Amino acid sequence: MLYFLSLFAVLFGFWLLLSGLWDHGLLLGLGLISSAFVAWIGTRLERPGGDGFEPGMLLRLPRYLGWLLVAIVQANIDVVRRIWDPVAHPISPVTGRLPASQRTRLGKTLYANSITLTPGTVAIEVSDADVLVHALSREAFDDLAGGEMERRVLALECGAGHPAGHRDGEAQG
Amino acid sequence: MDLLLPPLFPDLLLDLLSMALLIGGVFLGISGAVGVIRFPDFYTRVHAAGVTDTLSAGMILAGLMLQAGFTLVTVKLAFILLFLWLTSPVASHALARAATHTGAKPVTATSGEPSSSN
Repeated sequence: MLYFLSLFAVLFGFWLLLSGLWDHGLLLGLGLISSAFVAWIGTRLERPGGDGFEPGMLLRLPRYLGWLLVAIVQANIDVVRRIWDPVAHPISPVTGRLPASQRTRLGKTLYANSITLTPGTVAIEVSDADVLVHALSREAFDDLAGGEMERRVLALECGAGHPAGHRDGEAQG
Repeated sequence: MDLLLPPLFPDLLLDLLSMALLIGGVFLGISGAVGVIRFPDFYTRVHAAGVTDTLSAGMILAGLMLQAGFTLVTVKLAFILLFLWLTSPVASHALARAATHTGAKPVTATSGEPSSSN
């Protein structure tokens, strides 16, 4: 029920912001109905909780996103250097496996998406214990292997004081 | 917008800032295209396309947001940016994974392949 209500609220807020129609009764009603219908479908599609989401993650998310934004800007500058000045900044493509210690499917997804979102590294394959990464340069690969991003996603997933929380969603695919 | 800030401030400074963001975004977009041409194989080209996906799109949309001010248009531009940043890594990952599964071998620095061929 909580899942239905929060999904409904987010969907209807999204509908309002996209349409901008605050004072038209019929359209508002239709928006309410369609939001409720889609939220109902959402509750039937997949059981919430199995993927490792918990509300506290929303509080920790801004901090991680701020760090990720800085990392993205730095990675962009690095790749653009290698594009325009290949003599001074040559590429050295590397493929390798890196450990992914996140406990839930959601955590692993966040980690792999963050790897791919930063230019210079792409997650090719995610398995239970590790992630196969292709990097544009040895430096980018070593930087990722240093583990700061992995540690930060883990902190986002579990918080600082929950070492053993959330085992129910452990990688199923 | 005009009510919140001193009258001289918004027009000139916001225009300059948004122009800088737009020019930077266009430069990064062109950089991505040059990288796609210049890099040797599929996997390295994905990295070049990533520049266009992330910071280029972000800077162009941020520049447009400054032009739109505090309106619903800005909210919609923010939604575009949010969904672009959520979906583009998924697409890159799907492409790279498909390439691996069909047997495309990445050029590696140690294999001695000439990196300007192909």
